[in-house]
Amino acid sequence: MDNKPKHIFDDPKNVKRVMHFLYASCALLFALDFVIHRHVYHSWENLWGFHAIYGFAGCVVLVIVATWMRTFLMRSEDYYDDEWNTDLDEKNTSDTGAANVDD
Amino acid sequence: MWMTDLPPFVLFFIGALFAALTRGRIRGFIMLAIPLFSAANLWMMPEGVHLQFAFMDYQLEPYKIDKLSLMFAYVFHIAAVISITYSLHVKDTVQQVAGMMYAGSALGAVFAGDLLTLFVFWELLALTSVFLIWARKTRRAYVVGLRYLIIQIFSGVLLLVGVLFYATEKGTLDFQYIGLDGVYGWLIFFAIGIKCAFPLLHNWLTDAYPEATPTGTVFLSAFTTKVAVYALARGYPGTELLVYIGAAMTCFPIFWAVVENDLRRVLAYSLINQVGFMVCGIGIGTALAINGAVAHAFNDVIFKGLLFMTMGAVLHRTGKINGSELGGLYKSMPWTTGFCMVGAASISAFPLFSGFVSKSMVMVAALEEGHSIVWLMLLFASAGVFHHAGIKIPFFAFFAHDSGIRTKEAPWNMLIAMGFASALCIFNGSYPAVLYSLLPYQVDYVPYDGTHVLAQMQLLFFSALAFVWLQRTGLYPPELMSVNLDSDWFYRHLLKRLIQQIGYKLGQVNHRFNNQLINIKCLVTSYLQHYFSPTSLFGGTVKTGVAVAWISVLLLMILIAAFSSK
Repeated sequence: MDNKPKHIFDDPKNVKRVMHFLYASCALLFALDFVIHRHVYHSWENLWGFHAIYGFAGCVVLVIVATWMRTFLMRSEDYYDDEWNTDLDEKNTSDTGAANVDD
Repeated sequence: MWMTDLPPFVLFFIGALFAALTRGRIRGFIMLAIPLFSAANLWMMPEGVHLQFAFMDYQLEPYKIDKLSLMFAYVFHIAAVISITYSLHVKDTVQQVAGMMYAGSALGAVFAGDLLTLFVFWELLALTSVFLIWARKTRRAYVVGLRYLIIQIFSGVLLLVGVLFYATEKGTLDFQYIGLDGVYGWLIFFAIGIKCAFPLLHNWLTDAYPEATPTGTVFLSAFTTKVAVYALARGYPGTELLVYIGAAMTCFPIFWAVVENDLRRVLAYSLINQVGFMVCGIGIGTALAINGAVAHAFNDVIFKGLLFMTMGAVLHRTGKINGSELGGLYKSMPWTTGFCMVGAASISAFPLFSGFVSKSMVMVAALEEGHSIVWLMLLFASAGVFHHAGIKIPFFAFFAHDSGIRTKEAPWNMLIAMGFASALCIFNGSYPAVLYSLLPYQVDYVPYDGTHVLAQMQLLFFSALAFVWLQRTGLYPPELMSVNLDSDWFYRHLLKRLIQQIGYKLGQVNHRFNNQLINIKCLVTSYLQHYFSPTSLFGGTVKTGVAVAWISVLLLMILIAAFSSK
């Protein structure tokens, strides 16, 4: 593996740089809210950092709810696999399909 | 320039014929020339009815141009050029012909001036596109294709019944505003709703699109749902129910998208989410909202196509599409990675990318009409779509942990198609004037002002921050090999079990009935056996000697009787 060229994110420093850029941007955008006068369509938008807080909280709720949904929606990969039977082999089909026909 | 009055669908069908008869480079050339010629031709065509004839008592108008249909026709031409370029390397004639016919059917549908013509193309869309699924040639694709076809044809049947009601009631077949009055209104509404992937009617899409071929899915993502959006925009603008249906469509699929492993299925869920914005805009019904819906449909065809193309390229090169099996592909497919990120930025509505200039129109329109809750739902969905389509797709495919897969960059034709789509995404986002000039209503909307840009940037960057935080703390659900239940469970599992149960019960009844019959039969036979069998009283044969003895006795008795009577 040593003779392979190094890629940009193989170096953890670069990953850190991206993260720092993100944190700095977030801080800056939040601060801009106090500087730029926004014209407001809705009274909720008067709340400082409304979009920032809503975006963050929305995503956290989304992920937590979706993870919780797994407890009753997730099934094994072959849950529906009894849909086909051996006759289908005669229809010129297979498990892997014709993935390479277009190569 | 040489021009023709032929409707675009005729040109595409001729193209399909040539695609069936030719091979190799000639076929590629013809297939690309057809949409380019057709688009140039359309550019010159004035608005109005260009083809009409009487059918029984009704006037049919198979080729009618107005601003709304033109907008969709332009983007369908762009989609056709992109999809055909993307699939130039495909040698499978069935796929090439089906793709051409499918694009032609979509163009036929948007230029249909009457409902009967719409119905014909509605069914053709289903019949032609299913071959793009079957062409994958997996067992799963075969079964999924059948399900897809049944649901699509059913939508067409609903449409036809609705149209018949409409014709008897209104005395015309003109495709104008329909609205939800009368049986016909609801029938046609549901027919469109199926193709538009309304909640609970949506599952054919997430079921079928990820099972098609890498190139087939790019075609599929462009046409069917957008034809349905067009039909809604013409038949049901300002229908309030659509506001809530649309808002629901933007929100519910993102939960499934977060936990889905198949990355093309993630995109299918986000397709429903994006169509939700359009449906919502049509429901609001103001000039700004309709403009927003149509503009977003235009942009969505391109950026969703782009995202499906990048995932198709990954599937084509690696044979894998599950997030759990991919990762680190930016090392081998840098161009595809870049294009994917352009698509991701566009669907997430980053400023300077196409989603930004169209999605915000719908959201502003929702606020202007006082739909506060709906606006909050749309805002949540905007954050959510960035989360699953904007970050999850590129992250798990190209970055994340290195899966160790080393492959080649996508073929040149795929790169050209993705590059062209990326350029359009950036062009429409950075210079929306051209897009706005094509819209059905006059536009006085300014997307780039401090408020919009700042609010959107805050929403997106803090969503990204949430992703990072969830990843770091391990709260983010890992990608797992699994099936997540959705509304298809009702017909794939419940209905099947129900039918099996009914079959079993019927079998039991039949069995019991048979048993009874057998009992009766036994009774009858034993009775018959008792009296008429060879050894029984009536049926038995007697030995000759005994018979002779009896006859002798009889004779003797006759003799005695005869003599004694003398």
